[in-house]
Amino acid sequence: MRRLRFITAGSVDDGKSTLIGRLLYETGAVLNDQLAALERSRIRNENGSVNLALLTDGLMDERLQGITIDIAWKYFATAARRFVIIDAPGHVQYTRNMVTGASHADLAVILIDARKGVIEQTRRHSAVAALLGIPRIVVAVNKLDLVGFDRGRFDRIAGDYLGIAEKLGLKGVHLLPVSALEGDNVVSRSTRTPWYDGPPLLELLESAPVDEGIEARPARMAVQHVIRPQAKGFHDYRAFGGQVLSGTFRKGDAVTLLPSGATTRVLSVEAAGRELAEGPAPLSVALRLAHEVDASRGDWIVASGAPPILSQDLVADLCWLDEKPLVEGARTLVRHGTAFLRASVRDLSRRWDLDSIEEKPLTNGDRRLAFNELGRVTIRLARPIPFDPYGENRLTGAMVLIDEASGRTVGAAMIRASAPPDDEPSI
Amino acid sequence: MMDAIDELEAEAISILREVAGQYSRSALLFSGGKDSIALARLSEKAFRPGRFPYPLLHIDTGHNFPEAIEYRDRMAADLGEELLVRRVQDSIDAGKAVEETGKGASRNALQSITLLDAVAEFRFEALIGGARRDEEKARAKERVFSLRDEFGQWDPKRQRPELWNLYNGRLRPGEHVRVFPLSNWTELDVWEYLRREGVELPSLYFSHSRKVVRRGAALFPVSPFVHVDPGEEILESTVRFRTVGDMTCTAAVESRAATLDAVVEEIRRSRESERGSRLDDQRSEAAMEERKKQGYF
Repeated sequence: MRRLRFITAGSVDDGKSTLIGRLLYETGAVLNDQLAALERSRIRNENGSVNLALLTDGLMDERLQGITIDIAWKYFATAARRFVIIDAPGHVQYTRNMVTGASHADLAVILIDARKGVIEQTRRHSAVAALLGIPRIVVAVNKLDLVGFDRGRFDRIAGDYLGIAEKLGLKGVHLLPVSALEGDNVVSRSTRTPWYDGPPLLELLESAPVDEGIEARPARMAVQHVIRPQAKGFHDYRAFGGQVLSGTFRKGDAVTLLPSGATTRVLSVEAAGRELAEGPAPLSVALRLAHEVDASRGDWIVASGAPPILSQDLVADLCWLDEKPLVEGARTLVRHGTAFLRASVRDLSRRWDLDSIEEKPLTNGDRRLAFNELGRVTIRLARPIPFDPYGENRLTGAMVLIDEASGRTVGAAMIRASAPPDDEPSI
Repeated sequence: MMDAIDELEAEAISILREVAGQYSRSALLFSGGKDSIALARLSEKAFRPGRFPYPLLHIDTGHNFPEAIEYRDRMAADLGEELLVRRVQDSIDAGKAVEETGKGASRNALQSITLLDAVAEFRFEALIGGARRDEEKARAKERVFSLRDEFGQWDPKRQRPELWNLYNGRLRPGEHVRVFPLSNWTELDVWEYLRREGVELPSLYFSHSRKVVRRGAALFPVSPFVHVDPGEEILESTVRFRTVGDMTCTAAVESRAATLDAVVEEIRRSRESERGSRLDDQRSEAAMEERKKQGYF
């Protein structure tokens, strides 16, 4: 079974670290020497008990301040499945981390403090989940022990949340009453929520589908590396190495190389020089092609029958990840697939207000995105690229923006559509 | 049917090909330990029938297990790939590194100095290592492409966000990256992969009889590099190693697991973490983080 990678999002005091700590603890992922290290630690819960939150707070600054600065990756397994927890911090200023974590996630667990209900942070986290296309959302209404496991309160919060989900177009939402501190509905079903008849969190995680139907979608591979052995017996051997991002490549398939448009067939799908029956996503393979076609790193090999969109001008949602704000017209380097190319941000027309989940049009004097802000832009590239809209394919529809001078990763873009070419001179 | 190991393998191959695609001068850190053995196997998957686009590099403390060194040389020859060895002893002789003394003395931390000298000597842009995020708390926050400044230092606040599979390996002069293709693997995943691939491993990883001294809960292999106090009792024990590092800081565990199947089963049931047998991590609560900041792998 495929791994499930899930992100956990919540604001500072809603018990996120406690929830993760409990999942790890109850599935046996916390080993004796790690528990001993927790017991040795001077940092404790208020009542003096061992602080499970320390399992995720790894850096010295974090432990001293009792906050999480960076994403922590945690691993655990049950008999049914392996799991990856992508633990993103909850502070307002760390949208960057949540966006980063969300880009890898198959599912999001969004925590709500039952005493507070839906707050700005809930809307913000849900908006990021929607923009980043996380396929499934579990909303854990936590600290129910502090409100006497009150069904009415849970139902009100659920109603509020479903309103947000509808506005954002979120699908696959499941609402779950929990107490992370006391373990209700985390690993096993709680007797204190008889009015909830769904599965506990762990069961939801064990049964969530990953990349549903990806092997059947149009085949896509970005060429990473050309294998050309300089050895006897291999003079004519040439294979294109890359990871299958969607669909399945099979011997005999008609394929198109992009952006050149050359067409050929798949001669064989190989791994380590041995032929495979087929190459489904997400395998890393080497494709040998029937004709001598010119292709190198940065190019794409795609199913001829279902090609992606080819365009030099894109409409995208952009999250700005750098402390220096983005201004309209800025030039940048872009990574898409395995290609690095130059680009400029042409039209920065709208900003997402994550707290109200509204789009705000930007006036002429204010066409900029600050650190941790998201907006709608058009991007002009140095040459056309093949892409699928991000909503259809999260890997062929994604780009990162890089500051060429510093090398920093400054932006993350979800491509929504091609844009009409503008008439400014190309770069 | 795709399983989690297939998925991890595909991700690691893709990361190795990114190194090949983004850099012209890189090296694979190869010690003869299980994680580096997995990386060598993954490199075959990524690049055969071609050559590896990088040499193997070992930073030899001079205190390594002879079994690991013998394995290292044989494996490099079998792969037909270039093996570079740089020695901590040479750094000490050149006055660049100062040896620790006394009980518990180790050359483990000195490896960073020799490693950085090798980076300068070969102008390496990327070093591929077998570190995993499940090993330790500071590692849990590590990037796949981890940026180091010209002094080899890791600054947790300067690391780049990594989104999707779009690794940004751009460097400025003097910088290099450490690349960790096994970031998302667990210890058990590595063992299951080695078993699936039928890879031969150093004998140290399997149960054998060995002279050890007991220090706290740890069993230390008796060797010329481990100082044994007159009062300490030397025991003959049936042990194996879960990690293979420098002899001065790698403890054995009592085990009767003599085959890969038995090792996988033992790890599945284990209630101790792998780094629990690494004394270098137990020096302080944030030992790994401090060493990483200094350029440790």
